[in-house]
This record gives sequence, structure tokens and C-alpha cells, in this order.
Amino acid sequence: MREPSMGIEPSEGKKGRSFIEEVQERSGENIRLCYQCLKCTAGCPTAPYMDFNPNAIVRMIQWGLKQEVLESKAIWLCVSCEACGTRCPNDIDIGLLMDTLREMSLDEGYQAREKGIVTLHNAFMESIRRGGRVHEATMMVEYKLRSGDYWTDLVSGVKLFMKGKFPLLPRRIKGMNSIREIYRKAQKKVDKGG
Amino acid sequence: MKKIGVFICHCGVNIAGTVDVKRVAREIGEIEDVVHSEDYIYMCSDPGQLLIRKAIREDGLNGVVVACCSPSMHEVTFRKAVKAEGLNPYVCEIANIREHCSWVHQRDTERATQKAAEIIRSVLEKLRQNEALETLTMPLTKRVLVVGGGIAGITTSVDLADAGYEVILVERRPSVGGKLLQLSQTFPSLDDSRCLLGPKRVEIRGHPKIKVMLYCEVEEVKGFVGNFDVRIRAKSAYVDWEKCTACGQCVEKCPVKVPSEFERGLKVRKAIYTWAPPGDSAKPVIDPGQCSHFLDDDCAICQEACSEKAIDYHQEDRYFEERVGAIVVATGYDLFPMEMIGEYGYGRILDVIDGLAFERMLSPSGPTGGEIRRPSDGRIPREVVFIQCAASRDPERYMPYCSRVCCMYTAKHAKLLKRKASGAQPYIFFMDIRTDSKGYEQFLQRAIEEEELIYLRGRVARVFQEGDKVMVWGEDTLTNRKVEIAADMVVLATAIVPSQGIQDLAAKLRATTDRHGFLTEAHIKLYPVESPTKGLFLAGCGQGPKDITDTVAQASATASKIQSLFSQDVLSQDPLVAFVDPEICSGCGICVQVCPYEAREMDEYRGISRVHEALCQGCGACIASCPNNACELRNSKAVQVFRMIEVFEDQQKRGSADERAVHGH
Repeated sequence: MREPSMGIEPSEGKKGRSFIEEVQERSGENIRLCYQCLKCTAGCPTAPYMDFNPNAIVRMIQWGLKQEVLESKAIWLCVSCEACGTRCPNDIDIGLLMDTLREMSLDEGYQAREKGIVTLHNAFMESIRRGGRVHEATMMVEYKLRSGDYWTDLVSGVKLFMKGKFPLLPRRIKGMNSIREIYRKAQKKVDKGG
Repeated sequence: MKKIGVFICHCGVNIAGTVDVKRVAREIGEIEDVVHSEDYIYMCSDPGQLLIRKAIREDGLNGVVVACCSPSMHEVTFRKAVKAEGLNPYVCEIANIREHCSWVHQRDTERATQKAAEIIRSVLEKLRQNEALETLTMPLTKRVLVVGGGIAGITTSVDLADAGYEVILVERRPSVGGKLLQLSQTFPSLDDSRCLLGPKRVEIRGHPKIKVMLYCEVEEVKGFVGNFDVRIRAKSAYVDWEKCTACGQCVEKCPVKVPSEFERGLKVRKAIYTWAPPGDSAKPVIDPGQCSHFLDDDCAICQEACSEKAIDYHQEDRYFEERVGAIVVATGYDLFPMEMIGEYGYGRILDVIDGLAFERMLSPSGPTGGEIRRPSDGRIPREVVFIQCAASRDPERYMPYCSRVCCMYTAKHAKLLKRKASGAQPYIFFMDIRTDSKGYEQFLQRAIEEEELIYLRGRVARVFQEGDKVMVWGEDTLTNRKVEIAADMVVLATAIVPSQGIQDLAAKLRATTDRHGFLTEAHIKLYPVESPTKGLFLAGCGQGPKDITDTVAQASATASKIQSLFSQDVLSQDPLVAFVDPEICSGCGICVQVCPYEAREMDEYRGISRVHEALCQGCGACIASCPNNACELRNSKAVQVFRMIEVFEDQQKRGSADERAVHGH
């Protein structure tokens, strides 16, 4: 017989806030409502590439499996298309939940299993910080430099460039002061610790 | 000559979807004595019945065949319609072309159509020989025997007694209340069982129309609907209840201690004991299998303790005869013996208990005073695993059916556990969650949301002791993950099975049971509280697993069915019974022996056998066993049956001749 691979966290070991309470507080979603109908997973375009399906992530939060959830690939593979949250009969916004889990994963210093995706997220946010909107060319350069992955998607990149999808010069928006203010406030929040 | 009308029902698409009803109506219409043949979408509907009545009037019919569903569905309907036009109801016959034809030949319209016509032709043969019969009448005793004093039996008794009928309520235990007496709070309203039961018990105790017979069993039943003769055995309690004041001194002094059945082994009882915890002025009984007076013949402590001199070691069983018109079987349920499921460790591991034991723990009058404590060391448990479908929904090994109450009571258990034991965490293994009644789903979802219940979808594979923990191995199939829980206690939601001794009782009552021992009803939808044996009625879990809500509803339904039976002055019975040709009968007496209804007896003076028409159910056993063909069944005489068979044989001959012609032989 196969050895049981995991045990559910015993409630005896609970100290302070439990994982589910933390997630509920940060996301504002009532995760206990989930009755595992699997509609979220059924409609998820990235579920086939995930290590845990969206419904399993919800369930693992209920069980208090913090490390496994925050280290999972699934939270990074979510593309926030919101098909799940739109369809959920218990009105749990799973896209938003995934976002919360990504934040928590970074805050708690977990190593993301999908490094490239974190790098892309950072390059994206940096690009917006600079110009108020994404400038694809500099964002891609930054991503390539940070990830060290120079060759992937090169062909499609060239094609997009030839079609003029990569404007060479960035265009700044008018309200740059507001953007800076948003970033400052967000950073303050992060420094405070979530 | 007969003037017969044939009416072919479409039954929506049930018949017409397979059988070419128009063609059948045309072909049958060509038969010489069929003067009227037509089809209609729903013959049993009002316009359908009017159609038949109109044809009787206009065409002067003296025989009617309705080709439709099984006679058990609508024979009565059409016979009534025929009677309303002044015809004898027994010249109306049903040709079953639904269950016997369209439903079973759905892919073959051509042959189904041929077969439908054949069935009608054969019934026409029968009808041609039918006699116009008169309904039999017999006297009716308007008293009721209710077997079982749980919530079902109590409800039926109170309903009937309030309607003015005398009720004899027989309970085999020394207290009424049944399983409900053992429960704590009940879902979904969390009413205390005592609050549900208390007022009802007061009602039956003081009711002038109800005679409660405690510690009694049905010994023998003779007779038939309207007139059953019942012999009831009052088991010897070895205590004279007339003298006993229920002071409890005898119980207190008794030195013999055995596990209490009522407390599911969580507490001991004495050899002289009351079934329920004291406090309900329940009278005690002596268990002679445990009492040292009976085992060693030396102890008389209880006798000495009794100031009323109520203890009587020589008391014997007493017998009572009662005549009743109807019998209600409300015998309830027991739990599946969980020792049989080795992998769950029940019986070996002390901290594996069943749901009823958990109910006792939750009950303020229970063995722990309402606290949740492990049986092994009395500690308050933290991790508690609940296993649903224990022995239910397991067709290969145990019971194939759903026990219906476990999903809800497990959710209730988990909820109450959280309330009573702070810091406890319930884990619930389930296959499906079935919350099919009013307010149930909301109860469950609220419990999950508010009480942090953890539901794991999958069957537990193994439960074993490790140190002072009970290890539970299972899998959560929603996440495909193996799960191991180091639990403090495991509660099994055990399958409901019919109560012990039901087969015996069913045999005495001539009631039928299914292969699990649940009493069968006459029709699952149309006659759900009637047994196929006339005069027997069902209520509660003896008929199948159900919750309190459904049990009470069924018990009241049963009471109202009996009231409508009793609303007549005499009982009328179908005259389709056996009769004897006195010229042929040799008086051998075989029929007397084979008759299951005691409807056959010897006429000693004439030396032949007789039929007691009121008792005969028309089963045909005597007819099949009569060596001289002296017995016949009214309107199913041998000549009728043979002619019916001939129709099919002729058709087969014709069919094979046609086939030969087609193939050029």
C-alpha cells in the first residue's frame, strides 16, 4: 500500500490566525462557502498546466496547507481571466484569491515555482512605474535581462516588431504624478507588512 | 352475443411511441363482437372515461376492454366508470399493453404492434366468459393494533385515537419512545428529542382510547382485514408493575452490572433496569439472562430493597387476545453491526463509536452528562473523524441503499461537537452529501461556513490504533491526495437496517419484505403506506430509512388511510376468489393445507372442501394444487385461461406460416 503522502494540519498546532483566516482577511473572500462543485476548474484555461486545480487550491486553504499553496505553480499560472469567479455559485472571486496568494507568497519569501512569471510581473510593474503604461520594447528588454532567457519567443518578437507592435519610443501619460503616488502608497503598505 | 367496446390508450408516448395504436384499433374493430374500437391519448383522464361511458350508452355495450397500463394502476378507475353506466364492473377487463408490451419492446414498433393486438385478443377471449359478480361484504371491527412505540407508532396512535378509534399500542421494550428517545438534538431545527417526544408521551399515557402495552410482543395473528385476531404476549418483567412505584431502589441496590444497550455500551446498567434513564416514572424489568437470582439462585437483593413487594421472581408470561380491524407495523430500525467492517476497527478500538453512541454523548441525560469524552480515557477529543456511508451504498459487501439520515446527522454531530468541545476539529469523509428536505441544505452550508467543518470526499480505507491516537487513512478524491489523520475519536455514520425480529413478525402478519427485510408497500407511489396484505399499514423506518419529518408524515398518512377504511359500516371485497365444484371435489384436503390465508376448510358433513370467501385473496394456490380440477377462480376459470393461451399459439402458428411464405418455402 502506498504511504499517505500528507497529513492534514492538526488543529492542536494552531497558533494565532490560521492560514484560512489570513487569506480570507487579505482577499475579502469567504472561502468556507466552497462546496467543491468544480465549476472553476472546469472553465479554467490554464488548469491543465497547473500542479493543483483551482478547486484544490481552495480546498488546501481550508485545510491550512500554507506552504504547499504558496509554493504551488498554480497561483502563478492563473492569468486572472476571471472565468472562475464569474461562474462561482458561492460568489468566491478565485482570480482575486490567486492574486492574494501571489502577494502572500512573495511577502513570506517563498520561492516561486514559476520564476519567469514573477520576473515578467516585475518587469511589467517597472514599465508602468516609468511611463504610466506598458512600453513593450523596454519591458521585454528588462524581462530578458532579468531572466537571462534571451532566445525564447525571439521569432514571434521579431514578427510583432515588423508589424509595428513594438513602438521604439515610450509614450508617457499625463497623470504621472498620480502614478507615482499610487506606487508610493503601495510601497508603504508593503513595507508595513501586508 | 356480446357487444364489446375496446379502448386503446396512448398513455402519452408511453404506449403510442412504440405501438401503432391506430392500426391496433382498426384491426381489433374488425372482430365480430367488437362493436366499438377507438384510441385516445389518456384513457384514464376525465374525457377518456367519458368516452367509454358514452360508448356504453350509445352502442349498448355489455363488455369493455381497456388496453392501457397494468391493472394495478387503473383497473379500479375503469371499473368504476363502467359501473357508473349501470354495467357490472366485472365485465370490464384490462389488457396491459404498456408494462407487458410497449415498455419492453421500444425498438421494434412492428412486432410490438402485433403483440399489443394479440394481448387484446386474448383478453377478449377471457371477457367473453366473464360472469357478472357482486362485491362481497363482511363485518368490520373498528379497532387498531399498532406494533412499535417509537415516534411513528405514537403518532399513528394519537391520530387514530383522536379520531375516536380504540388503539392498542404494543411496544416490546419497557418504555415507549423508540430510537428518538436515544437522540439528543434533532436536525435541522436542533429541537431536543425530549421536547418532541415528551408531549406525545403524555398524550398517549392519558388517552382514554389508547391502551399502551409495554414489554409486549405480537405472538400470533389470525384473520383478515376488518377482523384480525391477535394474540399478544406480555413478557414477564419479574416486577409487578401494579405495585411498583418506580422509586428506583431495586435498580440502585442490584449488584450486577452489564453494558447498557440504551447507552450503546458507554455506560453500565444493572440486571434489573429501566430502558431509558430514570426520571420518566419508567417501571423496571429484570433481565433473567444477567440476574444472579436466575443464574445462581441465591441473590434476592432487589426483592429485599423493594418496599412495595413488587418483585416477583415467579412471574410468568401472560397472553392477551384482541380483535382489531387494521394493524400498523411501525417497528423501526436498528444499526448495521459495524463489527462486520473490519477495516473500521469498531469493537476493537474503543474510540471508534457509532452515531447513536455519539447521540448519547451529546444528550444531557446521557452517560457523559452531555460532554464529549473519548470512551477509552475520558479525555475531551480534539481531532474527530466522521465517516459517512459506513455500510451504506456498498452493494458488493453490505447494504446497497442510502440510509438517508446520515449526511444530516453527521453535519449536526460536527456542529454540536464544535459547540461542546472548544478547539475540536471535525473531519468528515463523505461520498456525496444528500440534503433533500426542507431547510437541510441551508443547515449544512451554515454548519460548514460557521463551524469550520472539513469535508473530505472519499471512503476511508483503514482505521487503526497508534499509541493513544486513532489513525485514519483515506483519500480526498477532489484533490487526489492521500490523507492521514491522527484522530482522537472516530464516529461511524452506520447504515440503517430493519429492526431485529422483523422477518419473524412479517411472517406472522403475512407481510412481505424486500431482501433487506424492509416491509414492502403495495405501490411505491400510489399506495405507499399500505402493505400488499390488506388491512396492514406501514409507518416509519420499518418500511425504509427515513428521518423524523418523513416518519411523522407517513405515520399520519397511515392513520388517515385507516380512518377512511373505518368510515364504512361493512367491508367490501373483490369477489374474484376461489370456488369449488361440489360435484367434482373429492374432499382430499390438499387445498386446506396449501392455503396461505386459512380461507379453505373442510365441510365435514358433505365431505368436500369449502371456500371462506372473505378470507380468500384469489392467489390461486389451491387451484394449482387441486388434483381433480375441482377448484376454480372466479373470472379466471381454466377454460378462460386456456383460450387466452390459444390466441397466442394461433398467432405464433400464423406468424411462422407468414415467415415461411416470405422465405419461399
